[in-house]
Amino acid sequence: MTRNKPWLAPLLSALFFALFVGVWYLATSTTAAPVAGPAVDPEYAALLGAEAATGGQSAMPGPGEVAAKIWEHVTDPFYDRGTNDKGLGIQIGYSIARVLAGYLLAALVAIPLGFLIGMSPLVYKALDPFIQILKPISPLAWMPLALYTIKDSGISAIFVIFICSLWPMLVNTAFGVASVRREWLNVARTLEVKPIRRAFLVILPAAAPTILTGMRISIGIAWLVIVAAEMLVGGTGIGYFVWNEWNNLSITNIITAILLIGLVGMLLDHLLAWVARAISWRE
Amino acid sequence: MTQPFLKIEGLKRQFPQAGQPDPDPVFEDVHFGIERGQFVCVLGHSGCGKTTILNILAGLDEATAGHVIMDGREVRGPSLDRGVVFQSHALMPWLSALKNVEFAVRSRHPEWTREQARAHAVKYLEMVHLGHAIDKKPAELSGGMKQRVGIARAFSIEPKMLLLDEPFGALDALTRGSIQSELIGIVEATKQTVFMITHDVDEAILLADRIVLMTNGPRAKIAEIVVNPMPRPRDRETLHQQPEFYPLRNHLVDFLVKRSRAFAPGADWDPKNPPLVYPGAPARAAA
Repeated sequence: MTRNKPWLAPLLSALFFALFVGVWYLATSTTAAPVAGPAVDPEYAALLGAEAATGGQSAMPGPGEVAAKIWEHVTDPFYDRGTNDKGLGIQIGYSIARVLAGYLLAALVAIPLGFLIGMSPLVYKALDPFIQILKPISPLAWMPLALYTIKDSGISAIFVIFICSLWPMLVNTAFGVASVRREWLNVARTLEVKPIRRAFLVILPAAAPTILTGMRISIGIAWLVIVAAEMLVGGTGIGYFVWNEWNNLSITNIITAILLIGLVGMLLDHLLAWVARAISWRE
Repeated sequence: MTQPFLKIEGLKRQFPQAGQPDPDPVFEDVHFGIERGQFVCVLGHSGCGKTTILNILAGLDEATAGHVIMDGREVRGPSLDRGVVFQSHALMPWLSALKNVEFAVRSRHPEWTREQARAHAVKYLEMVHLGHAIDKKPAELSGGMKQRVGIARAFSIEPKMLLLDEPFGALDALTRGSIQSELIGIVEATKQTVFMITHDVDEAILLADRIVLMTNGPRAKIAEIVVNPMPRPRDRETLHQQPEFYPLRNHLVDFLVKRSRAFAPGADWDPKNPPLVYPGAPARAAA
């Protein structure tokens, strides 16, 4: 069925999207009608100005407003009008830079260390209790400790990304290295292959698909954690942007940012999936 | 008496078992020799430790007792002097056929340039008639082609001795036949000394000069060593027409079906010197 009609799935997707937007539009347009709210204290109204005049009316925007906002951001992503008003492009750029810094540092530590753990049952047994305890800790729990010791909020955020990307890469590398097929190692042994050459030409390519799986899990987690981390440390980044817009009660900006977070997360995942395909092998 | 090229003396292998300080050895008291340029097959049922013997020869496993001496030196650990063709081809799936062979060539000759190594690898792949498929990954090759790459890889390091662990076990009869003929051709051309494991009687008759018969495990032993009376090179198509063929084949089949299970050594059976038998050629035995 679907084989003959390749347009069917995209059409269905478009239909779902239209349905969602339609429901959204109807839901927001009805609440837009003025509601007979409780009488507002005139002094309070004077303090708050126009906002209070609507009497606590919902700030939930309709699809049209969000689309206009997205267009606004798309056309001018990199403006900078002070600390609390930077373009979405700049904010997401900060977030991506932090994620990549923490993630690459984690890869630099996790892959060699995972190699060592995978190669040596002794090291595996010695480090296993530490990994078991450290792995399930929420990365944000490290934040106070990081802020206290590092004394720099930006680096602390990178540290939190580092610590959350570390474990999947470490565990997967160790597993991949430990489960390299015995016969390939035997081939290397009968050919008297030196340890360094064996590590790079036999074990690394054999374990590469498993390592990449770990790297893909890690980038996903890192992208989840960066939003929360930036909400805590503040200053810049997409997480800070979302929190700042919440304080401004600009739901349109929040929705735009949420969509952008999803989009970038998808791109990061696809990038690693592409690398994984490039280095994977089939038997 | 001169020493044979490869000498196996008093080989024994026990695998540790829980709660047993002295488990039954898979095999024990295994003695035999291989001359330079000889093709020797070991024939026996599964579980008699054939593969274990081969692994010990390859240096991948260690004997509980006894030792192996090749070319005057004791075998300790794996070496480029002994090429191995593994039962399951053991090609690296992320490398092309050429790169798999090149990997071996570069291990043997690290001083060679890339071009030299490549040319050498191509030569051996052409020897097994794979010149057209050198850039294919193992996943794109058939079972027979993969095993050919494995053979090319083992020959390419020009070892003093070649060890083959049931290399054709997983192949269909037609493919097996053609690869056996190729193997005969290369062995004739290179005068390679070969030790091969098989459970296929016809394969042993076609390829081997000497057929080592092992009794069933545990405590497997070498019952006798059968001398193939038919001269090399043997041809698959005419082999069965020779008068020695059926007596030899019957002797081997008879051993596998009956005597391997209920082997009762006679008074003159000496494990250090397993008897040489010449089925179908009594005149040779007398000579």
